[in-house]
Amino acid sequence: MSATPSTKQPISTSNGDALTAVPGVEIDASCRPPVMLLFVSAAVWLLLSSVFGIIASMTFHKASMLGDTAAMTYGRMHPAALNALVYGFAIQAGLGVGLWMLSHLGRTRLAMTPVIVLGAILWNIGMTLGIGAIFYGDSAGFEWLEFPRYSSALLFVGYLSMGLGAIVTFHLRRERSLYISQWLLAAAILWFPWIYSTAQLLLLVHPVRGVMQAVIDWWYINNLTTIWLGFTGLAAVFYFIPKITGRALYSHYLGVFIFWILAIFGSWGGIPNASPLPRWIPALSGAAVMISLVAVAGVAVNVWKSISGSAQKPAGGNLIKFIVFGGFAYVVASLAGAILCVSKGSEILNFTWFLPAQSQLMIYGFFAMTMFGAVYFISGKLLQVEVCAGKIKAHFWLAALGVIVYAVALAAGGVQQGSGLSDAHATSSFLEIAKGTIPFIRASTMGDMLMAIANLLFLVNLIGILVRVGRTGYTAAMVANTKTAGVRS
Amino acid sequence: MNLGPLLFLGTFFALATSWFGFVLMPQLQIGRQQQVEAANTGQPYPPRPAGQAVQGESIYRANGCFYCHSQQVRPIGFGADERFGWDGRQSKVQSVAQDYLFAQPVMLGSQRIGPDLTNIGLRNPDAAWQLRHLYNPQLVSPGSTMPPYRFLFEKRKLKFGEKRSVDALQLDNIPADYEIVPTAEAKVLVSYLQSLHSEGILFEAPPLTNRPPAEAGTNAPSGTNAAPVATNSASTNLPAK
Repeated sequence: MSATPSTKQPISTSNGDALTAVPGVEIDASCRPPVMLLFVSAAVWLLLSSVFGIIASMTFHKASMLGDTAAMTYGRMHPAALNALVYGFAIQAGLGVGLWMLSHLGRTRLAMTPVIVLGAILWNIGMTLGIGAIFYGDSAGFEWLEFPRYSSALLFVGYLSMGLGAIVTFHLRRERSLYISQWLLAAAILWFPWIYSTAQLLLLVHPVRGVMQAVIDWWYINNLTTIWLGFTGLAAVFYFIPKITGRALYSHYLGVFIFWILAIFGSWGGIPNASPLPRWIPALSGAAVMISLVAVAGVAVNVWKSISGSAQKPAGGNLIKFIVFGGFAYVVASLAGAILCVSKGSEILNFTWFLPAQSQLMIYGFFAMTMFGAVYFISGKLLQVEVCAGKIKAHFWLAALGVIVYAVALAAGGVQQGSGLSDAHATSSFLEIAKGTIPFIRASTMGDMLMAIANLLFLVNLIGILVRVGRTGYTAAMVANTKTAGVRS
Repeated sequence: MNLGPLLFLGTFFALATSWFGFVLMPQLQIGRQQQVEAANTGQPYPPRPAGQAVQGESIYRANGCFYCHSQQVRPIGFGADERFGWDGRQSKVQSVAQDYLFAQPVMLGSQRIGPDLTNIGLRNPDAAWQLRHLYNPQLVSPGSTMPPYRFLFEKRKLKFGEKRSVDALQLDNIPADYEIVPTAEAKVLVSYLQSLHSEGILFEAPPLTNRPPAEAGTNAPSGTNAAPVATNSASTNLPAK
């Protein structure tokens, strides 16, 4: 029943199905405008996010520098960087990759492409307004939900348009049997409107009272991370490992198991220990996170077994590196997240720099890295132009090194900070502990810089192949027309 | 063979359980809280914030103060929040849901890059100190990692013979014919900071002194006595309710 994506031209494996598969070339033609639009916008927001992030971290290098301009302060730069990363980059890249996977796995053309393009445009207008609002001081004041109503309304409508295209494509699939990536994608695509509208309605439109606002924010952040980013990223991992290496996924059923564990238990995480809430809420949340570690182990096994199955080195060169790095970053980030749910772990590490380290490892180390591999693969197919291997390799190492430096520096800083802040018998003052984290934060800026260069390279590579298509697309046609006439290259 | 609808329903149900669990259930339990009478003061708790404090809350939000300052003190014994004088109530339980009744938005924060501000209004209610600190943290807290918020202040050139206004900052190294005055935003922000205190003794945060005095004297974390709140709380030792 599993339709493992083959490495070659897709061939319908459905038995006796009346519908015939659409050729891959035609599918790619239908995907080209919306998917490339999403990819390029995602890359632009990613670069902006790292610029904002570096400016934010300047606060820890020279605090007195940025005090004259409201927009330049940490309290505005930091959320701008995060929102650009999550909504500007992650969701757009994820949707682009997801739409392409859904149409290829369903062996059908991407449906409603004008609506998807319109959705992407609305999304980017909403993004611009939202980031502007944060700089202007119009943030809604909820972490991950800083965008004010006028901008989040645009995001919501934009998402509905793109999601509609995805669901219709899924529905019109010619290949009826489902691959695990389709399960994951369909769930992620459908879940976002629910969590986003719940959060918007209960936080901005009809705000609930008191600490319930924090509960809803935590619930939203966890569901966006674990379900949306998690499912979309894992869908890409499980699709592109076989697609790039030419080997089957180790176990499709393990994938299905992972899906259900994460859907049932992963969606319950996110409420920190010792929050000012009735005890059952964080306790239940922590227990759910522990159970969902079974799924994380499943991911580790599935990735590891798929790439180390046979003696020969897996094919796929640089692209597979992104995907495998993403798979393992997912495992490490999830384990780090689980440490935060253990009583002692949360006592020491909650409220410290360990949290941004874990979060960056999940968003960038897992999700963005997986997307990089997928985006390069898909753009290569869509435009019939390959990015040169050296540039991809440089991108990989800069990004991988950057996120490792960032996460390790801040996690270590967080452990040191947390042990100081949670030790009832220590004598160090708060100021001494805060100053003690500064070297770690400064080291993490090195990681920020490396990731920023990687992000720049990503955008340059994407623009580069688009420009080359503009040129070689033309020349290729000329070559075809004047084949007999001679050389043109 | 067509698993689509089944998959859709199953996923929908699985994910929806988390909505029931963490949106609906908590809302039913704590979403309709009202003011209650605090056992130590006899006043409705939490007090309704004054207009200036409410305006200041939006300055706090706009400038993202909560990305560095949490507003959530953990229970005594879990972590060491009391060591820094962050605790506000004479209870083993510190921050509770009731404390946030009138916060809009609720900004618990997830980081302690700077100190917790749950009880900053108890710990340091001095407006002049807060203003100088906002203008340049180094003036009052040398070595602080906090950036200055100079854009919340106005540098004015004094006219000939004009005296400095009453709310001008007392600074050493500015020219004699200049003054630094806080903007309205800075003033309401300080009002908000002054409004931050959660010391009400409640049913869910019972007083420490329930225990025999000897035991309380030896076992109570020392930090609780250091907080300035000691002067205005625990006037009555009756348990709440």
